[in-house]
Amino acid sequence: MSRKSPPRRKNWTWRSQALRGLVYQFFAIGAVALGVWWLAGNTMHNMQVRGIQSGFDFLARPAGFDIGESLYAFDSNHPYWQAFLVGLTNTLRVAVIGIILTTVLGVLLGVGRFSRNALVRGLCYAYVEFFRNVPVLLQLLMWYVFFTEALPAAAQAWTLGPLFLSKGGLSFPIPVWETGHLWGLYGLIAGAALAFAYRRWAFRRFEATGRPRSLFWVPLGLLFAMGALGWATGGAPAHFVVPVRGEFAIEEGGSLTPEFMAVLLGLSIYTAAFVAEVVRAGIQSVARGQGEAAAAIGLSQTQSMRLVQLPQALRVIIPPLTNQYLNLTKNSSLAVAIGYPDVVSIANTALNQTGRAVECIAIVMLVYLTTSLATSIFMNWYNVRAAIKER
Amino acid sequence: MNATTFEPVAARPAPVRTAGAAGWIRTNLFGDWKTGLMTLLAGGALLYVLPQVFGWAVLRAVWLPDYNACRVEGVGACWGVVAEKYRFIIFGRYPYEEQWRPLVATVLMLCLLAASCTRAFWRPWLVLIWVAILAAFFALMYGNVFGLSRIETDRWGGLPLTILLASLSITLAFPIAVAVALGRRSGLPAIRAFCTIYVELIRGVPLISVLFMASFMFPLFMPEGFSIDVLIRVLAGITLFAAAYLAEVIRGGLQAIPKGQLEAAATLGLSYWQTQIKIVLPQALAMVVPSIMNNFIGLFKDTSLVTIVSLYELTGALSLAINSDANWRPFKLEGYLFIAMIYFTFCFLMSRYSLWIEKQVNKGKAR
Repeated sequence: MSRKSPPRRKNWTWRSQALRGLVYQFFAIGAVALGVWWLAGNTMHNMQVRGIQSGFDFLARPAGFDIGESLYAFDSNHPYWQAFLVGLTNTLRVAVIGIILTTVLGVLLGVGRFSRNALVRGLCYAYVEFFRNVPVLLQLLMWYVFFTEALPAAAQAWTLGPLFLSKGGLSFPIPVWETGHLWGLYGLIAGAALAFAYRRWAFRRFEATGRPRSLFWVPLGLLFAMGALGWATGGAPAHFVVPVRGEFAIEEGGSLTPEFMAVLLGLSIYTAAFVAEVVRAGIQSVARGQGEAAAAIGLSQTQSMRLVQLPQALRVIIPPLTNQYLNLTKNSSLAVAIGYPDVVSIANTALNQTGRAVECIAIVMLVYLTTSLATSIFMNWYNVRAAIKER
Repeated sequence: MNATTFEPVAARPAPVRTAGAAGWIRTNLFGDWKTGLMTLLAGGALLYVLPQVFGWAVLRAVWLPDYNACRVEGVGACWGVVAEKYRFIIFGRYPYEEQWRPLVATVLMLCLLAASCTRAFWRPWLVLIWVAILAAFFALMYGNVFGLSRIETDRWGGLPLTILLASLSITLAFPIAVAVALGRRSGLPAIRAFCTIYVELIRGVPLISVLFMASFMFPLFMPEGFSIDVLIRVLAGITLFAAAYLAEVIRGGLQAIPKGQLEAAATLGLSYWQTQIKIVLPQALAMVVPSIMNNFIGLFKDTSLVTIVSLYELTGALSLAINSDANWRPFKLEGYLFIAMIYFTFCFLMSRYSLWIEKQVNKGKAR
């Protein structure tokens, strides 16, 4: 005789969780749909009444405004979509360089909190407490005032070798592009391939013999040696356009505007305080016994840090670090307050000129949503790589 | 046989003292040559920089509101700008003769906040006190009652506005965040989807764009002729923005609750809401107190962004005060440092309070 489980009785009364769930969801969907419909209806009506045109056709029309700084030539005859592109590149420029700067500074500060030197510990603590507790907008404004008012005029610019720092920004020499540089580039590519091959070979030798070889300095040396070799083959071109002190401004050479420097420094220095705390928490989370066990099996201080403690700390560090990177990217929108032409400020100008408020704000949101998603996908991938390998 | 004489081993020297001031300096500043070098470098840099900063900020500074004295060559900081403009910086464009009203309102609000932070006031009647004091705050600021003249919200500004925005958005964002966090872990797919979309959308965009939406586009979404004060719209924007971040923090706490807790609650026959309110939330919230407080501090700092949509809170009031007066314009940096100090004081107090409250909620775990 086979045992039968009791028949499942669907109980469609108010006491059934399934039914209640359905009803709640039905009401939730209904409420949201009604809300969206109402808002969309209002918007349509208002736009009709006020005679606001909608659509993205304005993107192809000439922008009619100039942009202070852009990576490529832009003037007021270029269409709007190119203006937005300039804004986007400006935002990404600040975000990428800022993320690199803030990581370096933040890791140094975070590790500094564990220094055996009380002075270094204290300085790192003071840095974190001060920069974390003042709004980032205020810090940007302060840097901007510093760069545009506290610095001397171009004629009395501070100089350090070929560098000039003045109200006009930072000027520096840039190399003149020659065909010889291409050889250097080939050299670097060959060096990278060689370094990669060496690393694989060295690692296999290490696994076979147990004798460690440098997996970092030798490949790095190979990379640069090959680069230098290629550059020398190309005739070692070393011509620079050096900035010179003009009457009213520093002329020639490359330059960074005060706006760019204020945004970059302000964001990096502010975010570094948070990164420092993230790094500190990560290092603290590694159990003390891990370092002691590493010492017991004879690993040196550096090896213990690199092979045992850091990989474990990274697991704790990466998710909040991602958040800090995203925050930096999103905070770069504050550049609008000091006139750095990032995507928000371009959108603002476009909005004022065309009146297409919905479209302009939609573009801004789309830009940030995509960058945020891209960053978090990349960091998630890295996080999976760094996660504990379990069965 | 050789006679061996007893020869004691020479006594070892006493260990280096590690206690006391000298010992502390030896271990912490000159432990080995690397630390010693670091001390010399950092100490040297400090000895070089600090006197210069001190000289600029204190010794050579001008304290009197006299802009001609500030322009003399070689003078340090010009704190006169604060002495001259502090009323404008702190109260914004609020009419000068009526500025006692925001002063009283702010003091009331600060007392309320301080009281809400102490254990003795964690009672149900605290809500009534909040309602009463908020009513008093708005009555004082807005006027139009008790013979007070009416002051429109566009004249509000400075510190009262900062504190109003921060405290209201914190109190309003918290319940929303709890609801959204629960919604993201709900078993009902539609509700989970709505909450996820809300959180991810808001967290993907900068606060500025939310504020732009609230201040410029909101009228477009509403029926014709319907309008809400811009202050309220911005407040709603900040609240919704903060709630999304807070919800993620709280969700982290919810995730850390062991499943056994839920199963035990179900066994006892508790309903969904009973389980959440009596079992899950108290444990989850206690776990994430530090992150919640960090969020609150971030929110307080974020109120400075409303400047960009033309609400003149502390940062905006400062720009307004100094930009409108060509005599004082070169001394903006001193003004910024002054309000930076105000922000720092509040945020630092909040972070110290966070340490204390962490200890309070974890009392049950202490052994």
